[in-house]
Order: sequence, then C-alpha cells, then structure tokens
Amino acid sequence: MTQVPRPHRPRRAAMKLNERSLAFYATCDTPADNEGFLYKKGGRHAAYHRRWFVLRGNMLFYFEDAASREPVGVIILEGCTVELVEAAEEFAFAVRFAGARARTYVLAAESQAAMEGWVKALSRASFDYLRLVVRELERQLEAVRSGGAAPPRRPRALPPKENGCAVWSAEPPAAAAAAAATAPAPAGATPGSQPGPEPPPLPPRRRASAPNGPLDSASFAQLHEWYGQEVRELRSQWLKSQAQPEGGGEA
Amino acid sequence: MRYNEKELQALSRQPAEMAAELGMRGPKKGSVVKRRLVKLVVNFLFYFRTDEAEPVGALLLEHCRITQEEPSGFSISFLEDPERKYHFECCSEEQCQEWMGALRRASYEFMRRSLIFYRNELQKMTGKDPLEQFGISGEARFQLSGLKA
Repeated sequence: MTQVPRPHRPRRAAMKLNERSLAFYATCDTPADNEGFLYKKGGRHAAYHRRWFVLRGNMLFYFEDAASREPVGVIILEGCTVELVEAAEEFAFAVRFAGARARTYVLAAESQAAMEGWVKALSRASFDYLRLVVRELERQLEAVRSGGAAPPRRPRALPPKENGCAVWSAEPPAAAAAAAATAPAPAGATPGSQPGPEPPPLPPRRRASAPNGPLDSASFAQLHEWYGQEVRELRSQWLKSQAQPEGGGEA
Repeated sequence: MRYNEKELQALSRQPAEMAAELGMRGPKKGSVVKRRLVKLVVNFLFYFRTDEAEPVGALLLEHCRITQEEPSGFSISFLEDPERKYHFECCSEEQCQEWMGALRRASYEFMRRSLIFYRNELQKMTGKDPLEQFGISGEARFQLSGLKA
C-alpha cells in the first residue's frame, strides 16, 4: 500500500483546555496555598496591574479583585524558576520559564515579607517537587514498617512497587483523615467500591517515555538540595540588597 | 481565561506517566469517537491527533471523577458538572483499569493528601516529623488543617 504524503496542516486553533473546571478549582472552598495582591507587569514595556493572586497546587490564578468569581488568567507553574529582578518596582520578583520565546512574568508584592512568602511558596509549588517529597516519605515509611530505618538510597534502586486495584476517589471527602487512623497494608479493593478508610495506593513503577535526564538518577537529598539552593540564593540576594544604601533604584 | 499556552505545550512534551492511543469522545451530545494519542503528564491529560506533535487539548485533572463505562472504557467528569463526560475507550479491561488507577492518583490534591497521610504515619511510628530534616515542616500546603473536614 503506498503512503499518500499528508498535506501540511494550516495553523490550528488554540489548544483546548477545560477552563470551566480550572475556574472551579480556582474558587473552591479549601484554603489556598497562598493568596494576596500582587502587581503584575502587562508585558515588557507595559504598566503594572494590581491583581488578586491565588496559588493552588501548581496553578497560580489571578483575579480582577478578591471578590471575583472568575479568574482573569492562570500561570501554570510546572518547570518554572522564581528569581529576584532588577525593577523600578519595589519587592519585585519573576516567574521564569525555559525555552525560546518563553514569557517571564514580573510580579511585585506590597512588602518584603509578602515577597519572601510568595517566592518561597512559588518555588515549591510544582507537582514534580511534591511528587519527590511523597516518594521519599513513602520510602521512609516502607523502611520503618519493615523494621528499621534504611539509609538514603537512589529512587531507582528500589524494587518496583506493584499496585493493587485500591480505589481512591479524587474527590475531597474525609477519607484521608480517616485513613490515618487505620491499619497500614493497602488492601486490593474491587473497582467501583466506595473509597474506604485505606491508605493511598502505592504508585506503580513509573513509566517514562524518555529518561528524565540528570534529575532522574539523583537521590532525594540531592534533588531537595537542588530545589533548596534556589531559595538560599534568593535569600542571600535579599540580604545583599538590604545592605545597600537608601535611595538606590539600580540604574 | 488567559493561560501560558507555550508552557503547557512544552509540558505536553515531557516524559509521561502513561501514554497510549485510545478512542476518545468529547462531552457534547452527538460527538463521535476519535483515535487520539492520550498522554498523562503531572496533573494534565493531553490528547493529540495521532499524526501531530502539538496537542489538540488538555484536561486539568483536579476535582474530577473517573468512572468505568461499559467493559473496557472509562469517563472523566468534573465536580462542577458531573454529567458532562469525556469518554475513553481502551483495548482491554486491563488497560482500562491501569488508566483509571493512574488518573485517580494524578491530581495535585491526591498527592497532597498522600503526603499528609505518610507524614502523619511516620510521625506516629517514629515520633519525629519527617519533613523537618528537609526544612519544610512549616509549609502551609502540607498541614492537616489544609484538608477539607
């Protein structure tokens, strides 16, 4: 069978996203991971707009004001770094993404304390980071259950964990709090059964379509160090900038 | 709602937790099943036309419900509109179960609850807070009080 060469597709419509669900997640009842007013720079040569920011998980939503029901927009925080910036605006910092033509979001807080709080919160907001911490705690719990603390090991050296069919609803009922009080071993439950007072199932062996690169072979301590380094560097920058004489808006 | 599309596209190119060609049907009435490359990366489910490098779309997997549909299919719906379902068809019961399990564990909120659970268990068993050694025991996002009652 001969292959007909596919015609070049014209430029497609923008990627679809379940925006209604995003808005719902943004405005749900649970306490946000951080929230407050920040000034957001419109573009490289644009003015700052004061917006109400809400950090939830790895999503940074921004609203016209604190009472709005619908976000103006969202910054998806996976793969970003958070840095101080030289700006006319006080207490400024940036959320920067890698890659050509990637946008840098310049934000400014209303106080030093608020800026520090935001930088810390945003630096640790990624799903990747959370997953690292969870895997490390899992490893520790496994070690304690099998009778004695194990020395820190590379994640790859662990035997693959086979997952049972335990059901764990993604909805926010009180199952987690109830689970904390019950027996350790995750039981295999039949699919479709109610989420009972069970611990979360262990994730199956990670399937990667390509290796992760340098991070993949680092131990948790090294990875945590890598994340923590950013925060330390920022902190030393703050301390240096505090030491500078008054009236210095850097040229 | 504005969002950083370039970064989301870049995310769709990251190593996936799960990736497979599945039948997919959108939530609108009368929509037909289409073959899509479906890829789970962090808490996003991307779906591509099978011959394209850029995704057609993405679903953020927070506050969603995964339901089994017929012998080897499942649907994803969201808390704000449970009747609006994205349908997926797998090639076997086994593949279906695998995907359902992975998707249920894929949300940031699930990860957070897992962390709080393990932290609590370790604290009970060892008398020590396992997050202290990493300097994050004070983080608001990891407190029990963050869970809905």
